[in-house]
Amino acid sequence: MPAINVSKALDQGHIQSQASRAFDLAEVPLRELNQALHSLPPGSNETAWEVLNPKGSHSVAVGVDQPITIDVRGSVGYYCGGMNDGSAITVHGSAGPGVGENMMSGSITVKGDASQYAGATGRGGLLVIEGNASSRCGISMKGIDIVVHGNIGHMSAFMAQSGNLVVLGDAGDALGDSIYEARLFVRGKVGSLGADCIAKEMRPEHLELLQGLLDRAGVTGVKAAEFKRYGSARTLYNFNIDNADAY
Amino acid sequence: MTYRNPPTTPRKSATFDDYTLSEIRRAAATGIYDIRGGGAKRKLPHFDDLLVLGASISRYPLEGYRERCDTGVVLGSRHAKKPIELKIPITIAGMSFGSLSGPAKEALGRGATLSGTSTTTGDGGMTEEERGHSKTLVYQYLPSRYGMNPRDLRRADAIEIVIGQGAKPGGGGMLLGQKISDRVAEMRTLPKGIDQRSASRHPDWTGPDDLEIKILELREITDWEKPIYVKVGGARPYYDTALAVKSGADVVVIDGMQGGTAATQEVFIENVGQPTLACIRPAVQALQDLGMHRKVQLIISGGIRNGADVAKALALGVDAVSIGTAALVALGDNDPRWEADYNALGTTAGAYDDWHEGRDPAGITTQDPELMKRLDPIAAGRRLANYLKVMTLEAQTIARACGKNSLHNLEPEDLVALTIEAAAMAGVPLAGTNWIPGKNGF
Repeated sequence: MPAINVSKALDQGHIQSQASRAFDLAEVPLRELNQALHSLPPGSNETAWEVLNPKGSHSVAVGVDQPITIDVRGSVGYYCGGMNDGSAITVHGSAGPGVGENMMSGSITVKGDASQYAGATGRGGLLVIEGNASSRCGISMKGIDIVVHGNIGHMSAFMAQSGNLVVLGDAGDALGDSIYEARLFVRGKVGSLGADCIAKEMRPEHLELLQGLLDRAGVTGVKAAEFKRYGSARTLYNFNIDNADAY
Repeated sequence: MTYRNPPTTPRKSATFDDYTLSEIRRAAATGIYDIRGGGAKRKLPHFDDLLVLGASISRYPLEGYRERCDTGVVLGSRHAKKPIELKIPITIAGMSFGSLSGPAKEALGRGATLSGTSTTTGDGGMTEEERGHSKTLVYQYLPSRYGMNPRDLRRADAIEIVIGQGAKPGGGGMLLGQKISDRVAEMRTLPKGIDQRSASRHPDWTGPDDLEIKILELREITDWEKPIYVKVGGARPYYDTALAVKSGADVVVIDGMQGGTAATQEVFIENVGQPTLACIRPAVQALQDLGMHRKVQLIISGGIRNGADVAKALALGVDAVSIGTAALVALGDNDPRWEADYNALGTTAGAYDDWHEGRDPAGITTQDPELMKRLDPIAAGRRLANYLKVMTLEAQTIARACGKNSLHNLEPEDLVALTIEAAAMAGVPLAGTNWIPGKNGF
């Protein structure tokens, strides 16, 4: 069940709401937090969690596989929400490298900025960065949807296989280098396109898809028509010696 | 009758030998480098260049078949809550579904399980055949992350972070379009039929400081239960071992240049990396310098063929060895029974290495449904188990002759070298001398 439906389910009374369970990382070791999250049985009514004083801790709320909400009150280090499978995580601060790496489903929202490799190899779910994302955003993505309100750095969507990357600001150099079938939507400027990545026609189905992504990410006041679409030219899919200079 | 000067015998160049000439012609005709499977085929210093001394007046042998010689090994005791316990110190190396057929992966699992050892996934995710038939399964965490998911991570028995492999340290994976079937494509989230080149670097970390944080993440996801291996190609074994230990690895795996690959460039296989023999002593030295020998386990792979190789590797200080190519041969790879088919492909049994083309007559390195039928996974698994049993008995025979009641009690003092090169690499004396080249300034 996609975690973004949790709040809706709560509103509709399908899930018993109760006071959130708080873990203060200034007091409790990280291992106890993650262990407690992994120990939740399916259907648990402990659906609201809060992490206090993360102070740049790595691996906060990794490998969670239940549809719960987790509010992280502060900035986190590497791999926050790594391999998330169904939970809705909100980082009320900035995130270090690899936020939401290999996410399966659910959602992660970063209120601040994100460092390198945001959403790397993600397979599903929605990653929203309300600030900027650094280099290699969406690297090797395999089905995840990523929406960045600000700009993204160089080499983003490198070898991106599947999924959608939406950037409201600008993209850095070598966007989509060696891209496979992922779709890239950029509203601002693109520093340069990487090998085999080209601008593509924005057809009605893409506008519809993009509008849906913007809606899911809570973006308002921005129209899908303001974006350009980029993707694979598919000229490097089968090796040809005459293309060797492209790499 | 006209006198003719006696002719010289036609002489071919040692530098431009027949193989070299054929490769130049092939390159000129096609404009593309040669791709093949397997490991380095050139002659390299190897375990054959070492001899075991056996017992003498000062060493007391154990009775063959009667006195116990332990073979078990525990891997991952440093940090993991659930270390792996194997009955024999010979594991099956990582080989991907995609490169190998589903039945071949099943056969590896069956053979390993019958023998009380582990098998390993590869660059294509975990298949049900493999998980279902492997009592102990090591799940590889590779740069491509094909098929990576937390569920498989948790149902693995150990996790192996792959930095590189011996056939191509610094190179990524390669699976050409003809082997990307529907099932392989789905597992790798790629379009069918494209040439798939896996990344050579991990997408979300660089360097040993990041690796330490990545290991922490994997431990947190799996609640500190699983042993975490770090596998490297044989490039800088001293520093790679030290950095893997520093990063928190439970087990270090080093794969020498004889270690096989599913497919890569011939020039890469034959010219990059170090021989297996040259990797062992530096890696053991690194562990000893850090006070971690036997606390962090060391697995070596690349060209292990028999119990003598196992005994010699263990004597040099490794905790276990891993086999890939030899395991495939035990399943049926390069079997002369398919000679006519090999000939039709322009090769011969024993030399077939175009595993990437997916036309394997033995039905192992293929995704062709008809060829796959040639491999019976139950019978092939039995053959692998037999082979592992023989290797273990051979290693025990050597260990008992040296007076050891455990394979792990073999030591460098049980070895001498036949060549100066092997003596220098292994750090054991040249036979008939007390000279260890490079030691004490000599």
